[in-house]
Amino acid sequence: MDDGKSTLIGRLLYDSQTVYEDQLAGIRKATKAHGGLDLSLLTDGLRAEREQGITIDVAYRYFSTPRRKFIIADTPGHEQYTRNMATGASTAELAIVLIDARHGVLAQSRRHAFIATLLGIRHLAIAVNKMDLVEYREEVFTAICEDFRAFVGQIGNPPDLQFIPVSALCGDNVVTRSKRMPWYSGPALLEYLETVSIAPEKHEVGFRLPVQYVIRPNQDFRGIAGQLASGVIRPGDPVVVLPSGRETRVRSIVTREGELAEAFAPMSVTVCLDEEVDVSRGDMLVSPQDRPERALRFEATLVWMNEKAASAVRPFLLKHTTQTLPARIVEIRHRIDIHTLGAQPADELRLNEIGAVLVEAQRPIFVDPYRRNRFTGSFILLDALTNETVGAGMIERAAAENFDVAARSAAISIENNPEVLWMLARRLVENGQRVVVVSNQLLHVGPEGILPVVELSFNADALADNSARAVDRIFQELTGRGVIAQN
Amino acid sequence: MARILTHLQALEAESIHILREVAAEFQRPVMLYSIGKDSSVMVRLAQKAFYPGPFPFPLLHIDTSYKFREMVEFRDRFCAEIGARLIVHTNRQALAEGANPFRLGTQKCCGLLKTRALLDAMAAGGYDAAFGGARRDEEKSRAKERVYSFRDSFGQWDPKNQRPELWNLFNSRVDKGESIRVFPLSNWTELDVWEYIQLENIPVVPLYFARPRPMVVRGEMLIPVEHDIPLLPGEKTELVMCRMRSLGCTPCTGAIRSEADTVAKIIAEMREFRRSERENRVIDHDQEGSMELKKREGYF
Repeated sequence: MDDGKSTLIGRLLYDSQTVYEDQLAGIRKATKAHGGLDLSLLTDGLRAEREQGITIDVAYRYFSTPRRKFIIADTPGHEQYTRNMATGASTAELAIVLIDARHGVLAQSRRHAFIATLLGIRHLAIAVNKMDLVEYREEVFTAICEDFRAFVGQIGNPPDLQFIPVSALCGDNVVTRSKRMPWYSGPALLEYLETVSIAPEKHEVGFRLPVQYVIRPNQDFRGIAGQLASGVIRPGDPVVVLPSGRETRVRSIVTREGELAEAFAPMSVTVCLDEEVDVSRGDMLVSPQDRPERALRFEATLVWMNEKAASAVRPFLLKHTTQTLPARIVEIRHRIDIHTLGAQPADELRLNEIGAVLVEAQRPIFVDPYRRNRFTGSFILLDALTNETVGAGMIERAAAENFDVAARSAAISIENNPEVLWMLARRLVENGQRVVVVSNQLLHVGPEGILPVVELSFNADALADNSARAVDRIFQELTGRGVIAQN
Repeated sequence: MARILTHLQALEAESIHILREVAAEFQRPVMLYSIGKDSSVMVRLAQKAFYPGPFPFPLLHIDTSYKFREMVEFRDRFCAEIGARLIVHTNRQALAEGANPFRLGTQKCCGLLKTRALLDAMAAGGYDAAFGGARRDEEKSRAKERVYSFRDSFGQWDPKNQRPELWNLFNSRVDKGESIRVFPLSNWTELDVWEYIQLENIPVVPLYFARPRPMVVRGEMLIPVEHDIPLLPGEKTELVMCRMRSLGCTPCTGAIRSEADTVAKIIAEMREFRRSERENRVIDHDQEGSMELKKREGYF
C-alpha cells in the first residue's frame, strides 16, 4: 500500500483496458468521497484486507494485451508475509520490485530482490515509483539504480535487471512512455513485460518425467502419466526408471487426439513403455545419459512458513515431485539474514525465516539442483500431525552419503545381472555372512532388531568385464567399508 | 525448433497435472458439475488426463430445481454420451418446506439449495476432494483462493489461514471429515475458456448462444421467463435477442443483449466487452463481500 503496489497493478489493468465498467462503477462509488479514481481498490480481495488496507495473501490477476497474456501474482511486501511472497514467486518468470523514489532502496526492496532470485526468477523489473513526488528528477532515479545494482551484485547468480522510472498514480511509464521524463529512453513497464524474452527456461537437465498416475483401463494398455519436469522425449528413446534402475524404451506417447512424435516440458503426457517394467507413482523416468542425483541427504535452502519453528528434532513429511515420505532436518547450517545476505548461526528457523539446512529422507530420492530445474529441485515439508505445509525448500545438492556410523548390514542391489547376484550371495554365505535375497531389494532384520544398513548400488556390467571380477570388486567394497570382516 | 507451449496448451498441461494429482492422492474424489461452460471444459480436461481410460471419479450436480430446462436436458444427454457417472443431489427437505428464491431472498435460498445441499452431498458420498470449475478471474475473493482449497469438517473456508502453495507441489493431507476443494481452472480466464471451447470443439449449453428469447425487462436486467417468476406491476414478457454469459438458477441469472450465435462471435464479442462476467449474477451482489462470505460457509 505504502509503496503503491495496488495502484500500480490497478493502473496496469486499467490502462490495458482489462477493467470492466461495472467494476469501475464499483470503485467510483467507493472513491466518490475523496474524488479521483482510486485504482488501488481494483485489487482489493478479502474483507480483512479492505478493513486494514493491506495485502495479506497472494492474489492472482489476469490481463492480456494483443502480444501476451499475463498472470500477476500480487504478493504482500511486508516481512511478516515473506512466505506468501515466496509462494507467489515460486511459479513466476519475472518479478516487479517496487521502490518508492522518495525512500530509495530500503531493506524491504532488498528482501524482495533476494527472495525473487532465491526462487529462481531470472528477470527483475525495478519500478522506481512515485517519480511525480520527486519532480521526475533523473538523479534520484540514477542513485537508486546504482544502489540496487550494488546489492544485487552480492547475490550469487544474479538475475537480469531492468530499471523503469514510473508514477503509478499519474500513469507515467506504466503503459505508455512518459513525456515528463525525457531523460529516460527505455521502455514503459508494460512494453518491457510484453517484449522481455522469457524463452522457456533452458532445460539444463535431461528428460525427467515424475510418475503421477498409471493408467490401466484394461489388460492391453498401461500408460505412465505425468508432467514433464524437463527435457524432450520421443518414441524409441531409451529411458531409465528410478529408483529401480531398469532400462527400457518409450513405445508411444498417447493422447486423446492421437499419438505424438515428440513431447517436451511442461507438457502433461501419457507414455507407454516397450516392456512391462514395474513403474508406479513416485518413480521417475529419466534419460539414461543424464540422470538426477541420488540423495538420501541433501543440502537445501529452506523458507520456513509455520508458527512452530523448524528444528532438527521434529519429524516431517517431505513432498518431492510425486512422492511423499518421512524426512527430518538433520542440521540447520545457518540462518540467512535477508537484509545483508549474511549467514547467522541458528538452532532453529522461525516463521518467515530462510536458512541453509541438511535434510535426510527416509529413503533415497532423485534430485537436481533447484537452479537447474525447479521441479526436481524443489520440495515442501508437511507436518504429519497438523497436515500443514510448514516449509518450502530449494535443493542445492545431494550430500555425500555419511558412513560415519559403522554399518553391519548392507542392502545391495545388483542391476541387470542375476549371475553376479547369486555368485555374490554364495561368496558371502561362504564367508559366514547371513544373506537375505528379496526379489527387488535386500532387507536385513537381525536378531538385534533392524541393523544399520548402507545402501549400495552396483552396476555389475560397468564394474568389471566378467562376473567373478564384479563379485571381487563388490566384496572388496564391503570389506573396505567394514560392513563385513574377511574370514 | 522452438519448443514453447501456447498459453492454452500451458494451461491445459497444468490442469491435467492437477486432475491426476487429485485422482492419485485422494480416496474419494468427485467432480462438481454445474453444466456451465467451465464444467464442460473441466470434463474435457478430465477425459484427456485419463485417456484411454475413463476418468476415475463421478460427476456431482447440485440441482436447486431452479435451473434452466435446457441445462438439465443438456446435462442428461451429455453425461450419457460421454459415459460419465452422474450423481444429482437436491435439498428436497428445504424445497418441501417451501424454500424458494422469491420468498426467501437470494442469500438464504443459496444457503439452503446450494451450499447446504453441496455439504450434505459431500458428506453422503464420503468425498474427500471435490473439483470445481471456479476461476480466479471471476471474482475478487476467488483471486485469493488456492488451487487446493482446504475445508474443515464443517465445510468452511478460512481465507486468512490458507496453506502455502508453491510450485506444483500440492498438500493433499486431510483428516477424517475434512476435504479439499480443487480448482483445476484457477488460472484460466473467461476468454481462455471460450478460446479452448472453440479450439477443442467442446459442446456447451445452447443458452450461451444468442437467439430471441422471452424475457422480462427489469431496468437494465433481462430476466428469463421460467419457474413462474413473479412479475412486478406493469411488467410483461418481451422477445429479446439475447444470450447468457454465465449460467445459474433462472431467477438469479440475467441475460445480455447479444447477436453472438456462434463460439467465434462470442469470442469476438468478449474482446470488446467492458462488463464483467458475473455482473448478471444477482447472488454476487446481494451484500458487501458476498462471494467471500458464501465461500467461507462452504459454497464454491
